[in-house]
Amino acid sequence: MRRKPLGLLLTVLLVWLVAYPIGLVLIESVGGPGEWTLDHLKAFATDSFEWSALWGSVWISFASVVLAGAIGIPVGYFFEAFTFPGRRVLGALIALPAVLPPLVGVIAFLFLFGESGFIARFITAIFGLQASPWRLQGAGAILLVHAYSMYVYFYLFVRAGLAKVDASMIEAAQVLGCNHWQTIRRVTLPLLRPQILAAALLTFMTSLGSFSAPYIFGGGFRVMTTQIVNSKLNGDLNAAMVQTVALAAVAFLALTAFGRGQGSRSVATTGKGVASATRNLGPPLARWSATGLGWMFAVLLLLPHITLVVVSFVPFGTWTTQLVPPEYSLGNYAQLVQEPERLRPLVNSLWMAAVATVGALALALWAGRNIVQRKVVLRGAIDRLLNVPWAVPGTVLAIAIATAFSVSAPWVGRWVLVGTIVILPLAYLVRNIPIAAGSVIAGFRQLDPALEEAAASLGARRLRTLWRISIPLLKPALLAAGALAFATAVGDFVTSIVLYTFNTRPISIEILSALRDFDVGVAAVYGVVLMVVSAGAMALGTRR
Amino acid sequence: MSEAGLRLEHLTKQFDDHVAVRDLTLDVPQGSVLALLGPSGSGKTTTLRLIAGFETPDKGRVLVDGEDVTALGPADRHFGMVFQHYALFPHLNVGENVAFGLGRSLSADERRQRVAESLLLVDLRGFEDRRVDELSGGQQQRVAVARAVAPRPRVLLFDEPLSNLDPALRERTRRELRAALDKVHVTTVFVTHEQEEAFALGDVVAVLRNGALEQVSAPTELYERPASHFVATFVGRATTLKGVMVASDRVRVATGIEWPVTSPVALQEGQPVSVTVRPEMFLPSEDGGLTGTVREVRYTGARAFFEVDTQLGNVEFEADVHTADVGDTVWLTARTGTAFPRRGK
Repeated sequence: MRRKPLGLLLTVLLVWLVAYPIGLVLIESVGGPGEWTLDHLKAFATDSFEWSALWGSVWISFASVVLAGAIGIPVGYFFEAFTFPGRRVLGALIALPAVLPPLVGVIAFLFLFGESGFIARFITAIFGLQASPWRLQGAGAILLVHAYSMYVYFYLFVRAGLAKVDASMIEAAQVLGCNHWQTIRRVTLPLLRPQILAAALLTFMTSLGSFSAPYIFGGGFRVMTTQIVNSKLNGDLNAAMVQTVALAAVAFLALTAFGRGQGSRSVATTGKGVASATRNLGPPLARWSATGLGWMFAVLLLLPHITLVVVSFVPFGTWTTQLVPPEYSLGNYAQLVQEPERLRPLVNSLWMAAVATVGALALALWAGRNIVQRKVVLRGAIDRLLNVPWAVPGTVLAIAIATAFSVSAPWVGRWVLVGTIVILPLAYLVRNIPIAAGSVIAGFRQLDPALEEAAASLGARRLRTLWRISIPLLKPALLAAGALAFATAVGDFVTSIVLYTFNTRPISIEILSALRDFDVGVAAVYGVVLMVVSAGAMALGTRR
Repeated sequence: MSEAGLRLEHLTKQFDDHVAVRDLTLDVPQGSVLALLGPSGSGKTTTLRLIAGFETPDKGRVLVDGEDVTALGPADRHFGMVFQHYALFPHLNVGENVAFGLGRSLSADERRQRVAESLLLVDLRGFEDRRVDELSGGQQQRVAVARAVAPRPRVLLFDEPLSNLDPALRERTRRELRAALDKVHVTTVFVTHEQEEAFALGDVVAVLRNGALEQVSAPTELYERPASHFVATFVGRATTLKGVMVASDRVRVATGIEWPVTSPVALQEGQPVSVTVRPEMFLPSEDGGLTGTVREVRYTGARAFFEVDTQLGNVEFEADVHTADVGDTVWLTARTGTAFPRRGK
């Protein structure tokens, strides 16, 4: 009479959405049924360009980890260990790049540091040069953008870790004769090892999958993500498949290696967890220098975005050789509202992101119920499937979805969805699964199981319990996950460039085409809109 | 067997290789209160969850007023349950919590009326708009009771109803709970590991051990005529000694020392037995009987418990505080004990 629920339906759905497309890419990279061949793999292996792109992806990712860590760890330590005026506001401001779409950061960088950006113009003017002293291109430019947008992972993780470190451990080190630097080196940093490794993994995976920066700034520098998209856009599907498999393999190796390195779980919270002591910087000079340093840092970090806002007011064709734009108007914004073709990408992005977010949240609720409340037999498999889209770069996922849903074979679960309005929301949804599931499942774990039983004992059925009890109590988790998922989807570039059609083109694609037309004002307006929409979503989602 | 009330028939529930409840059959007459008493791991909470429908039995049936509800989910059983930590919905206020289980067939006025009645029953009139996290532990417990009784359930279930309260509040809440139960007159089952609580609240107490029923009786019967050695020692205090039956109602515990005993089973002369004697059943005497030295005295007021080292082992008796001091030699006889068959000599 004992029945243990399997959770089969959800598992099948997740396999179909997540594992199946990736599996199809693997199969097609070796020709597929009927025409098995290793030729494509051989072609890849013997092509030095391919190897240099793969190597480019790997070393850029390592260098990004080092650079982002070099900025993020000291800044995180500084903000957590010392108090000074303005610490709270500044601390929140400098975490901002984390919530902005990568493409926004990239074009903001372009307007500030690019060869026709503000800084280059100033230098040219000051030294009376004929042309910009630099071109924002190649590995250096990519690294700059990566370090700028990914130091936040280290910053946030180190702050969170330090907040949990038991102050008595620091005091014990000092009693045992360690000075300030020795304490940091011998006690604090080793205690933060799990957080630092987690941030390093996140940075590595993000860099490996990074597409916007290499695509816009790469120039002749090759990385795997841009190679894949170029192969796909050029119609060389075989090469795209093999490249996708190669990138996925590197991602998998990295995950495994970092997983080994992480070893045992956090040691930062042993003992009774005495709150960590934040030191007041005593001398006024020290305090004010710290504040000054903090503000400088914040302004430096926000400068690209300020530039973006400024450029969004520049009418088309007015800013040519002048140091600063000579004219400002609301014309670009007016165009966005008045011209249906300009408004279209914005509407597209909003509805597709909304649908994808609702879908991902629904899936996360279903998964949470199955994993946490019903403890279904297949919960381990479900949990792993939910995390797959996080473990593979966005390009890989996009190619996988494009591959799976460009063939009509309903008996093996394949339909032609590429080219329809369904494909982009579906792809966004799949990318959003780990974001939504992570937060919602954690929320489910915090729910007292007795509440659900109490509702049942009072005659409430499953749906009513979900609607009246679980969802209201999961509201903070749902909002936070929804905001992050929405912000990610609305600013998506990498999936969109592989799967968009003219009618479903989202904001990111429109930014790209505006840049191609040198319509920087319009590109900036879209950038500002993306910035406002994602920051607004995050503000709403993290409201307490 | 009466048709009305709750009946458990041969309930069995196994988790992996551990049998939590084995072949449990119990009747709870309409309107009476049954306490499920047992040490932790005895299967009492599993039994409660089987009754509620949160667990499905591997074997056996649950019947209410003759209707088999085993296949029904918890939502369809029309039972009320008060959870150990109350499980009040934190995002709903007191009134909304109490109204949660009321059917949609009721009008808004009827619902309001029913909520008010239920809150009145637990002495929380006018608390409808309070937030549940503003209430004290005792008040939360009473809201949980009001919520469980508001839909007029066929059976009311309590999981360790008082364990979450501090001792001072427990005594008062117990009295109030019993009064409320008397008023609603619903068939009730509650789980507890505390004998005092079981005796104060239960009309009938069922003692469980390793998932099986040891005895089900009224509290006095359970105490005075335990059905097993386990019940005799788990319910109330008792000293256990070895002995041999010398008649059907007399036991010899040592040469020349014989006491009257009762037994739940027929015993024959010469049969080896375990004898349990309640502390208050020992009589200190001037001479004769079991002798020993007082090792420890625990005062409880006018009376005291005395721990005595005897040739047969440790013996505990209760008497006036002035009966003896530590180090004194005492002689004890037993007015009566309970004998249980023992294997071997």
